[in-house]
Amino acid sequence: MTAKIAYDEVEVGTELPAQTFPVTRATLVRYAGASGDFNPIHWNEKFAVEVGLPDVIAHGMFTMAEAIRVVTDWAGDPAAVVEYGVRFTKPVVVPNDEAGALIEVSAKVAAKLDDRQVRVDLTAMCGGQKVLGMSRAVVRLA
Amino acid sequence: MALDQSFVGRTYPPTPAYEVGREKIREFAEAIGDANPAYVDQEAAKELGHPDVIAPPTFVFAITFKAAGAVIEDPQLGLDYSRVVHGDQKFAYARPVRAGDRLSVTSTIEAIKSLAGNDILDIRGEVHDESGEHVVTAWTKLVSRAPEGA
Repeated sequence: MTAKIAYDEVEVGTELPAQTFPVTRATLVRYAGASGDFNPIHWNEKFAVEVGLPDVIAHGMFTMAEAIRVVTDWAGDPAAVVEYGVRFTKPVVVPNDEAGALIEVSAKVAAKLDDRQVRVDLTAMCGGQKVLGMSRAVVRLA
Repeated sequence: MALDQSFVGRTYPPTPAYEVGREKIREFAEAIGDANPAYVDQEAAKELGHPDVIAPPTFVFAITFKAAGAVIEDPQLGLDYSRVVHGDQKFAYARPVRAGDRLSVTSTIEAIKSLAGNDILDIRGEVHDESGEHVVTAWTKLVSRAPEGA
């Protein structure tokens, strides 16, 4: 494990570079295939509406995968992530158009821990709503 | 109907090994749009000290969730999967998953709660490689929503 960020260089409050991740219906079809999650709420609008959703929604695990990219891009080595957890609070609704939806992810160092580890708190927003809650990663730095 | 509390602590048999392929990791990394070279380039992974390409942090969910099927589909437990949503997800890594790993998952029911008519099920999946080394633990919280009008 070879993180490119040094523990001594970060402080509580250090912000990681924020990123925005676009998601369209095509993204979801591709993620369904790669992940093996073929639940029709992620690609079939008629089915999604029938079970009470406003429209097709993104896989929660897709949003979780995107959010941690803010941390892995920052740390350089994805193996720097020691723990990662989220709560799925609101669905990411993905309309059937070219633009789709945007997942905006920001993160900051919330605590410095032992063993050159830090806790990073993440915020993931879509359409002005928080789509992940309690989103935290423990990251081992250099 | 509330789930039977006596299932708390029940552990299901380890799954047959899942062999992690380089091209499956590449496919997953492309699907999440992540160009990190550690996922696709063996040399880049080696420069970081890994013996082969590694998988993105959430890749292992496909393996642990399939293993959780033993719990979800346990007829004795009787979870109504048509009403289930994914509440929380957490991973704790001993090391990253990498190409060539042969991974087995042991699922345990950690908790069963009933809240406002919803059944809440916490499943822990312990992932080990072929040598028995612990690789990652995944915690999955599933919420089975109460039927309307219940």
